[in-house]
Amino acid sequence: MADTIIKVENLSKQYRLGEIGTGSLSHDLNRWWHQIRGKEDPYLKIGETNDRTQKGNSEYVWALKDVNFEINRGEIWGVVGKNGAGKSTLLKLLSRITSPTTGVIKINGKMASLLEVGTGFHGELTGRENVFLNGAILGMKRKEIASKMDEIIAFAGVEKYIDTPVKRYSSGMFVRLAFAVAAHLDTDILILDEVLAVGDASFQRKCLGKMNDAATNQGKTVLFVSHNLSQIQGLCKKGMLLENGQLKMTGDINKIISEYVLGSQQSKSIDITQLPRMGPKSLDFNIRKITFTNDVTTIYEDDTISFDIEFECKNTMQELVLGFSIKDTLDTHLIECRSTSSIPIINIDKTGIYTITVTLKPNLSAGVYVLNIGARNVNGSLEYVPSVTNIEILPSGEYEEWNKPSAGIVKTPSNWQLIY
Amino acid sequence: MQQENWSNIIESRSSFSFSSLKDVWQYRDLLWMFVKRDIVTNYKQTILGPLWFFIQPALTTALFVFINKAANTPTNGIHPVLYFLIGVTAWSYFAECLTKTSTTFKDNAFIFGKVYFPRLILPLSIVVSSLIKFFIQFSLFLIVLSILLGLGKAQLDIQSSILLFPFLIVIMAGLGLGGGMIITSLTTKYRDLALLVQFGVQLLMYGTLAIPLSSINNHFIHSVLLCNPMIPIIETFRQAFFNDTSFNLMHLGYSFVVMIFLLLLGFYSFSKTEKTFTDTI
Repeated sequence: MADTIIKVENLSKQYRLGEIGTGSLSHDLNRWWHQIRGKEDPYLKIGETNDRTQKGNSEYVWALKDVNFEINRGEIWGVVGKNGAGKSTLLKLLSRITSPTTGVIKINGKMASLLEVGTGFHGELTGRENVFLNGAILGMKRKEIASKMDEIIAFAGVEKYIDTPVKRYSSGMFVRLAFAVAAHLDTDILILDEVLAVGDASFQRKCLGKMNDAATNQGKTVLFVSHNLSQIQGLCKKGMLLENGQLKMTGDINKIISEYVLGSQQSKSIDITQLPRMGPKSLDFNIRKITFTNDVTTIYEDDTISFDIEFECKNTMQELVLGFSIKDTLDTHLIECRSTSSIPIINIDKTGIYTITVTLKPNLSAGVYVLNIGARNVNGSLEYVPSVTNIEILPSGEYEEWNKPSAGIVKTPSNWQLIY
Repeated sequence: MQQENWSNIIESRSSFSFSSLKDVWQYRDLLWMFVKRDIVTNYKQTILGPLWFFIQPALTTALFVFINKAANTPTNGIHPVLYFLIGVTAWSYFAECLTKTSTTFKDNAFIFGKVYFPRLILPLSIVVSSLIKFFIQFSLFLIVLSILLGLGKAQLDIQSSILLFPFLIVIMAGLGLGGGMIITSLTTKYRDLALLVQFGVQLLMYGTLAIPLSSINNHFIHSVLLCNPMIPIIETFRQAFFNDTSFNLMHLGYSFVVMIFLLLLGFYSFSKTEKTFTDTI
């Protein structure tokens, strides 16, 4: 049977909001008075789930509430959840930075957490000295670090600078060295908080590879928190979804991600009357709102996406053309679609509010893209709204990186025939 | 198959135990790394380096000698410069241990919030790395002593109590560490006390160093001054080098007991605070 390495039972963490002052002093005194009479902490009974958008009645919130899970040796878990769902709190409790309010965490083995890379790095010390210091902070023995020194330096690729104070390093070198130390930690359990969001793309790939190797070949257990869903999907096999401090579900990572993606779409529609415009703007025309079908702005590769554009015409208009473009985060113009694709001519004879629906299959590879919307007529541009929303495309998960049918930004279907 | 032999159990309230001392031992390499970091970073890019540590005891001693001349207080026949210099040197080690450890949580909140290691390592490393400064300042005392001996202005009369030297250092370190741990634990949430430390240490220095204990005839004031556990230590230093008559083993024993008490209390409050201080600091 599987070998449980982390077991979490009824884990909760309560935080007090507001400032520390005389108000908190009176609560502390009251708590202390209950404690010496052998009674339960009076403030444990109150407190609300952590929904930061709603104004609460209580000064106390539960950043985590009654979380239970078990992790087996050699598993890579991804933790997903919105900002404030309790991910960081969970990691802090697991890595012993702060104590839980109630509940127990049982751990079997040596654990190291990387809530940040390069903790304790001192600018005045050389790269080599910092490797020793940082390694020791992470719990390595001096001998252990010395024996891995060459490997660490090679991984970071900073041979030339290793005896120079790190304050002279470029930020990239700094981070690479810091991560290299962490990557060579010899522990049973590794906790990572979005630390892979550093360095250039090739270094990130190297790190992910190292993590994967650690889990599959060395039997290490990894717990990984990230907002980058494709990273999580690429690395993790299992996962947990946190919502407002509560554990919503655990299990297969693909199910977790689709649950998170479907559940996290907050706004059904995006009000764009307040968004900044770019370029010339007609007073007779106004794009008001974009509504995504099923509230979805995150789709899998090969899926279609559709949305309604609501616009207002304050005057009659001839040959109206609506359009949108999709750019990548580097602002490369990838796709532009216009309403003339289906409706060659739109003439508006009556003022009022209209809605137009569009469906498309983007055929883009996994990644984050930006949607921009505009309209024009025969006389010129009416309106252009850049960066309306992000569209996230997730890998379909049927293939690995190396064998997927198409790579590159544009997913183009192709026909192949093998001839003997 | 469910194995119940967990290597580590994290709970909200674990009972007070000395097991965290075992943790400290496991992380002893880290202790040396911190000590090394403190020493290296202190002197990087300075030309005179550790010599700068001479300035503070030299000036403080000059001040005391001046007050001594003005007020005409006795120095038990010891050359006033030596009399005060040895006191100031010993005192600054204690004061350094106390003030630096008293801000452990506040100064290291950032690193403590990111990674776990036994928190006790940091105050311990401060006590050890301050020793270097102490020895540098002590060498100033030895230099001044040999100059004055050469000029025939002072007499050396070394006593067997000089063998207590390492023991005296341990007591001073323990007093500073214990007091500092208590203060840093008390000031994570309500910082009021922290404002007093600098001032209090300064004030205590005058109370400890200015007047020889033996010259006070008023019995009441004598007893009150004796409550200060640093006085017997400094008296022992003076006695060891100059055969000052006021050495008393009972007084030194008292300092030792106070040290043990402060260390236990400091250790207890520190280990209680370290669990959740990141939430309140």
